[in-house]
Amino acid sequence: MRTLYYILQKEFTQIFRNKSMLPVIFVMPLIQMLVLVFAATNELRQVDVAIVDFDNSTSSRKLTSEIAGIPFFKVKQNLVNTQEAEDLLMRNKVDLALIIPQSFDKDLTLNKSSEVQILVDAINGSAAQLSLGYLSSVIAGYSQKILLKTAVPGSVMMKNIVVKPTYWFNPQLNFKYYMAPGILVVLITVIGMLLGGMNLVREKEIGTIEQINVTPIKKWQFIAGKLLPFLAIGLFDLAFGLLVARLAFNIPIRGSFLLLFGMASIYLVLVLSLGLFISTISDTQQQATFVTFFMLIVFILMSGLFTPVESMPDWAQKLDYANPLYYFVKIMRSVILKGSNFPDIINEAATLSVFAASIFGLAIFRYRKTS
Amino acid sequence: MIVVNELHKTYGETVALGKVSLTVKEGELFGLIGPDGAGKTSLMRILMSLLLPDGGTATMNGLDIVRDYKKVRLITGYMPGKFSLYPDLTVEENLQFFATVFGTTIQENYHLIKEIYQQIEPYKTRRAGKLSGGMKQKLALSCALIHKPEILILDEPTTGVDAVSRKEFWEMLKRLKAMGITILVSTPYMDEATICDRIALIQDGHLMSVETPLAMMQAFAEDLWAVRSKKIYHTSKLLGQLPSMISVNSFGQVLHLVTPKGKHTPQSIKEFLSLHDESELTVEPALATIEDVFILLMNNRKAKS
Repeated sequence: MRTLYYILQKEFTQIFRNKSMLPVIFVMPLIQMLVLVFAATNELRQVDVAIVDFDNSTSSRKLTSEIAGIPFFKVKQNLVNTQEAEDLLMRNKVDLALIIPQSFDKDLTLNKSSEVQILVDAINGSAAQLSLGYLSSVIAGYSQKILLKTAVPGSVMMKNIVVKPTYWFNPQLNFKYYMAPGILVVLITVIGMLLGGMNLVREKEIGTIEQINVTPIKKWQFIAGKLLPFLAIGLFDLAFGLLVARLAFNIPIRGSFLLLFGMASIYLVLVLSLGLFISTISDTQQQATFVTFFMLIVFILMSGLFTPVESMPDWAQKLDYANPLYYFVKIMRSVILKGSNFPDIINEAATLSVFAASIFGLAIFRYRKTS
Repeated sequence: MIVVNELHKTYGETVALGKVSLTVKEGELFGLIGPDGAGKTSLMRILMSLLLPDGGTATMNGLDIVRDYKKVRLITGYMPGKFSLYPDLTVEENLQFFATVFGTTIQENYHLIKEIYQQIEPYKTRRAGKLSGGMKQKLALSCALIHKPEILILDEPTTGVDAVSRKEFWEMLKRLKAMGITILVSTPYMDEATICDRIALIQDGHLMSVETPLAMMQAFAEDLWAVRSKKIYHTSKLLGQLPSMISVNSFGQVLHLVTPKGKHTPQSIKEFLSLHDESELTVEPALATIEDVFILLMNNRKAKS
């Protein structure tokens, strides 16, 4: 135990002497929380719509003004033909084009249904869906008004089902609430996977590992010496990030801190061990960085952080059972936003613990003092 | 005492050590002399249990280097060829760290390192990475000694160190030897070999000779001539055509010519050179240096294979 204490003492001395370390510890969480949480949003700020009105009737102009009346839409009117609207779409000037046919008013007054065409720039799939949905609902609202106006009072037409949704755990559908716990996960994953591993492989690069290997230091002591300091830094950054989230976005933290930090500790042991394992099979920091980054990107994109896991194909969802981020994103969101207790997340917690223990063992096993 | 018995190590096709056997006596200063890639580092790393041998055995003070490697590490001090202390820790912190992981303190074994450490003590708060080459070696040696080892293994400790520091370093080794520590040291510098009690000449993973430096130089089997000339390059090319010549090598301003025993006299060599318009020169018999011995043995080995 004394040996481990001396190793830790040495590691901390080195960490705090490293000039790039303090910025990593303090600036990285700030930037991630303050920039990424705002940037990684699915909320739409402004949608440009081109309207081609072939009909030019009272009804079509009413529809146009209905759309223009919503501050969210910026409307380009007075287009003569479809070609013009398509050009605007091509040049990224508008996101949507609404084409109202010549027979629009006639069809409506003859009490038949009428059709309009919407062209959507679907380069960004989720933005396209959102803006289309919004425009569709405006048009649906307009058609509702017409129905009410033309229908005979008391007729069947009046009956309607009104959906009143209540969004649990995030009543205002505040996207930041949803993103902040996820970004925190990315933060401590990057710290865990990169810092510990880089530290170990650096000892290989400068040759100090040779000198360590001829001392009576045991394998687990050496690995633990690389793991514990960064576990502490990871937990500190989690606390720091939560504080920023609380102050900047007023994000509710409903679950228990003890549970949150307990889970984070298990998770950090897992990712640190993974980083250390990669280091034991790499010879240079460059090699280790490449492998780690590749894994990080796969883990992050598949974690359900940005896109729901449920919309992934079946095989991808099965692959996610091996993705530590998948479990931890789930745990963080549940504990922070839902206030989940330990029994609610026991499956995820158990899986993470098994992963952590086995990868930690693997890292120790792979670190050889003899080649 | 280090006993090496038919140690064998290969890297793919390359033979790093070909069944090497060697005994380093208790309290001896033993030199391993050979060029880069001769197998010096491989042998030392195997002895330090950093590398597993493919065959053969070795013991250090009776401890098997494979089976008892943990105990071996406790009684040996090792200084790798590459400076391998923490550059971001200070002189004192490095020493402190290596003392504590061996379960000892600087105070306890200060007498061992005193003379060496005193020279770098004024800089003890300086980062190890900022030390000069000579001071780095002194610190590395201090760190290798701090746990009071019985055996010291030093891999090219003087490579890349200035001449003054090199001399000082060897003086320190002599003092350590006087304290009863067995020392195995490797060097590519032949001139350092004469300081050792005994040396082994190693080439391509094979020991060519193991002897005291003096015996090795005296046992030089051929005639050796020191040739001085104004046009040293020209002369050396001409001597290459001397009948039955074995080798010509330049040692600074002097050429060392090796010929078979009794084959030539200074007169006959001069005559040969004057045939080729070379007259302003002196030829006299010379005493062999370790380098001459090494070159002769290396050529013999090449001729055999």
